[in-house]
Amino acid sequence: MAGLLKRPEALAGGAVLLALALIALAAPLLSPGDPLAIAGKPLILPLTDAAHPLGTDRLGRDLLAGLIHGARTSMTVGLLVAVVALSAGMIVGTVAGLAGGWTEAVLMRLVEAFQIVPGFLLALALVSVAGPSLAGVVLAIALGAWTGPARLARSRVLALRESEFVAAARVLGLHPAEIAFRQIMPLALPPVLSLTAIIVAGAILTEAALSFLGLGNPNVVTWGGMIAEGRNQLRSAAWLSIIPGLALVITVVSTYLVGEALTDSLTERRPR
Amino acid sequence: MTPALRRILGRLIGSIPVLLIVVIGVFLLLNSAGGDAVDAYLASIGGGDAGLAAKLRAEHGLDQSIWRRLIFTLGRLAQGDLGWSVALNRPIAAVIAERLPNTLWLMGSATALSFLAGSALGILAGRRPGSAVDRLLSGGSLLLYSIPGFWLGLVLSVIFAVQLRWLPVSGIETIASGKTGMDRALDIAWHLVLPVSTLGMIYLALFLRVMRSGMAEAWSQDYILAARARGLSESRIVLNHAARNALLPLITLLGLQAASMLGGSVVVESVFGVPGFGRLAQEAVAGRDTPLLLGVILVSAVLVILTNLLVDLAYGVIDPRVGRGGT
Repeated sequence: MAGLLKRPEALAGGAVLLALALIALAAPLLSPGDPLAIAGKPLILPLTDAAHPLGTDRLGRDLLAGLIHGARTSMTVGLLVAVVALSAGMIVGTVAGLAGGWTEAVLMRLVEAFQIVPGFLLALALVSVAGPSLAGVVLAIALGAWTGPARLARSRVLALRESEFVAAARVLGLHPAEIAFRQIMPLALPPVLSLTAIIVAGAILTEAALSFLGLGNPNVVTWGGMIAEGRNQLRSAAWLSIIPGLALVITVVSTYLVGEALTDSLTERRPR
Repeated sequence: MTPALRRILGRLIGSIPVLLIVVIGVFLLLNSAGGDAVDAYLASIGGGDAGLAAKLRAEHGLDQSIWRRLIFTLGRLAQGDLGWSVALNRPIAAVIAERLPNTLWLMGSATALSFLAGSALGILAGRRPGSAVDRLLSGGSLLLYSIPGFWLGLVLSVIFAVQLRWLPVSGIETIASGKTGMDRALDIAWHLVLPVSTLGMIYLALFLRVMRSGMAEAWSQDYILAARARGLSESRIVLNHAARNALLPLITLLGLQAASMLGGSVVVESVFGVPGFGRLAQEAVAGRDTPLLLGVILVSAVLVILTNLLVDLAYGVIDPRVGRGGT
């Protein structure tokens, strides 16, 4: 955490993420009612009507309300994907690293299989099967995100397995599960956790792309969905697509900035 | 047999079990849901009677159990037959062969653009880590890397196709232009400028960042000190010593990014209306065409394996430490 404070850009990123998280949590209070409901006249220009600061789309839906509720979707998907992908990766990587032999060979072939298939195609396939629910979208994106953590966890476990304190624990007669989860896991965890920001950022971008292609949940507001909606008025009302895109860029940049500082402090590498 | 050839052969044989996992996994995933391509097809033609549905299912083998279909599919694929697309009513291999070149052109050009520009800018940034140039380029690349590809495509097309009218908005070539030979090739290249820039821009940022951090790391190495001690000129140290070593991770990245770029081409092709391989995946999803989607995923996995093989070979040429038998 100390590393985070020394870097102004990471601090700024953290502040933006905190604000976004608060907005996402307080969305029903900040913008009561259904963001998909008609709120005013269609196609009001941004900054021209105090009731609709960012204007309205072609059906008269408020753009700001969409942005506020869209933040909820992006943040939720980003965090849930990180939780699912990191846990799955940690478990598979640790088991592969500790078990060795056939178990390791089979698990690593599985990781390889997931790596040679474009993650986005897998996500398309899963969403087409599971339907565009929140769980479906999270699972679809996590399918393409767990291999990085798995490989990293395995290589960490392999390095730690041979270390002296593990040998000592074995001599002391500790149960293998105890060695795995109380001796090795805590030390293997930090570098894997440093992947969090990259996974969250990637998940937010992938969710936006799925929604843009019309594969998101049509009853929930998403930034990607708003961009797709605005695409039909690109010639006359380009701001409808541009504003939600800017929201995405700001969110993802902030995530990366925080992630860089976090990586430096978790892996105890000196900042370059 | 030369060691290099043996290595290639070994890698190809080693990738067979991985491909098998991909095919079985994706097949089971795609067939685990209710509703199939026949439902989607009947809906698209405005419905039909139960007899027609049963007849179509029997024709495409969809009335069999999932395990029998899996065995049948594996046998078919082993013979190199990708099967028949229900939605397009054509052989899948023919459809893919028709769409793939567009995407390969798109991805190849985007890779070349991002690799060349990214490594050049990365050298510029990494020449003096911490300098104003470095801060500008590093900050800019982080911003660029955070931009969703489809949105970048829309913004570029608003600026260059809609406002300035310099470039075509979408498509792969001017419809019914009657152009042939060189004219047609130029027309296609003209249509690909925006999609290639969009796809390339994002990876440019990635290559820039990796090159820059490799350079930054190189400056503290002993071989740089040795080069300085030998009194070599600064430009020679930058290009021949620091940059040369920093280039190796970039080559690896070329292979690692192949899968992600194939995924990225789906949205870029959708934005610019390029009738390519990526959009075929989207059409397969829309048409619930399971065999087609399976074919697309299988072919992309093979493409990723081949790209990594090429990268591996290139690596052996560039890095003298990778000799025979090394991986």
